Amino acid sequence: MKVLVPVKRVIDYNVKVRVKADGSGVDLANVKMSMNPFDEIAVEEAIRLKEKGIATEVVVVSIGVKQAQETLRTALAMGADRAILIEATADVHTDIEPLAVAKLLAGVVKEEAPGLVLCGKQAIDNDMNATGQMLSALLGWSQATFASELAIEGDTAKVTREVDGGLQTIAVKMPAIVTVDLRLNEPRYASLPNIMKAKAKPLAAKTPADYGVDVAPRLSVVKTVEPAGRKAGVKVGSIDELIAKLKDEAGVI
Amino acid sequence: MAVLLLADVNDGALATDAVAKALSAVKGLGEVHILVAGTSAAAAAEAAKLDGAAKVLHADDAAYDHGMAEATAALIVSLAGGYSHIAAAATAFSKNVLPRAAALLDVMVISDVTAVVDADTFERPIYAGNAIQTVKSSDAKKVLTVRTASFNAAATSGSAAVEKVSATADASLSKWVEDKVAASDRPELTSAGIVVSGGRGVGSQSDFALIEKLADKLGAAVGASRAAVDSGYAPNDWQVGQTGKVVAPTLYVAVGISGAIQHLAGMKDSKVIVAINKDEEAPIFQVADYGLVADLFNAVPEMIEKL
Repeated sequence: MKVLVPVKRVIDYNVKVRVKADGSGVDLANVKMSMNPFDEIAVEEAIRLKEKGIATEVVVVSIGVKQAQETLRTALAMGADRAILIEATADVHTDIEPLAVAKLLAGVVKEEAPGLVLCGKQAIDNDMNATGQMLSALLGWSQATFASELAIEGDTAKVTREVDGGLQTIAVKMPAIVTVDLRLNEPRYASLPNIMKAKAKPLAAKTPADYGVDVAPRLSVVKTVEPAGRKAGVKVGSIDELIAKLKDEAGVI
Repeated sequence: MAVLLLADVNDGALATDAVAKALSAVKGLGEVHILVAGTSAAAAAEAAKLDGAAKVLHADDAAYDHGMAEATAALIVSLAGGYSHIAAAATAFSKNVLPRAAALLDVMVISDVTAVVDADTFERPIYAGNAIQTVKSSDAKKVLTVRTASFNAAATSGSAAVEKVSATADASLSKWVEDKVAASDRPELTSAGIVVSGGRGVGSQSDFALIEKLADKLGAAVGASRAAVDSGYAPNDWQVGQTGKVVAPTLYVAVGISGAIQHLAGMKDSKVIVAINKDEEAPIFQVADYGLVADLFNAVPEMIEKL
């Protein structure tokens, strides 16, 4: 079984986000970029499936700017076999929307015929939490989102999902889309020899036109602002003072 | 035009607070019809009491009882014709279902809406709440999830009619196996008036009982930082933050939480924030109304005793 893993190049999660002065978005010029952390977990899970002999090949795909090939090389260094880059924009500030991404991925799925697509549950830039569900809809496949456990048994994937009150287990028919949550696994670091080897692994370059997909956005950005700041309050010296403040000043207990 | 509001139903019970807040968010957009999917007549009756609901559509079929995305999204699409907006509270349930329905309708989903500007324009947080973006949709139908912490709940003095809708669910793609939901007498995290959260500073799963004890003393829900969840001190459904739940209680007490950006994203809209941390440089103090620099193992027992 082939496993397809979409990976997104996003601002590194440790970088402090700054809104651009013109309000068009967040400043991404000369900022450290990394693989979306949830996608790293998806890549790790795919590699583990290969190590267990369940997956035969792990193909990673990224959609966005040319520089996303660095993200793909990271996935290849972790252990993916092959990469596809769909260069959909030349501007690092253009975010391709989940609907367009899902349409492009549907095109890749038709070509590659994977038995499983593993996606991160959300990208930490637009926080949309939509691509996996949308891809699943376009393909008419079953979906299991927010996975914290995944077991593949024949043509069924048994998935434990992180839901609001606790955990839900479902059984989905393969082929399926599974989106992964934080607790599924801990991604490995790529070793130096593997980073070197990754440079020789195949990386195919494509464009949206190859899949006949229009990536024009449906949502236009009116403005982007910093959230209203919260000011630091006062330090209290004791529990007695704290309780008194909460009772008398704030009136919340 | 009208709004179709998908209701959260958990184990036969309406998630009244979430639905009532989502209803407040969208009622300015047109007549609101609440869709209750599943066999629970009680949930449909409860939804009918929400002020501002013009009617309740009850898709009374066991195929919807566990909120499976494939069947529920197909149901929404079958009803979508008469609606300009399709909305739901931004819960795990609707985040699973609505993007699927949106793609079937060939429209974008607009997730975690914190303000409705007009029929096409919405505010939503991006980058873990480090920026707020206003987006205008050019889609014919808008599909959106609403962040409940940003809206007040609609009252429950209404009496809308409940109408059955015929449902044709294909349940062949996925099957529900089981739910493991921790039973608790505490208030629900996203609707509680007071939340007490513990972080890595709590140090162990057994010491997390101290956080729970303080919460019980205050009649509060219990939360946890991602660090505490990752360390195994607390279950993941207690997680507050970008990757967990977003809360905005009247009082938020952060104990042993340093205040990473991703945690602040989940609680900074609380009315009053209290931080107890032994590190006076902890970033949590920059957002706290009342900060106490102290060892939590001394401060929390004292607080429990004196409350």
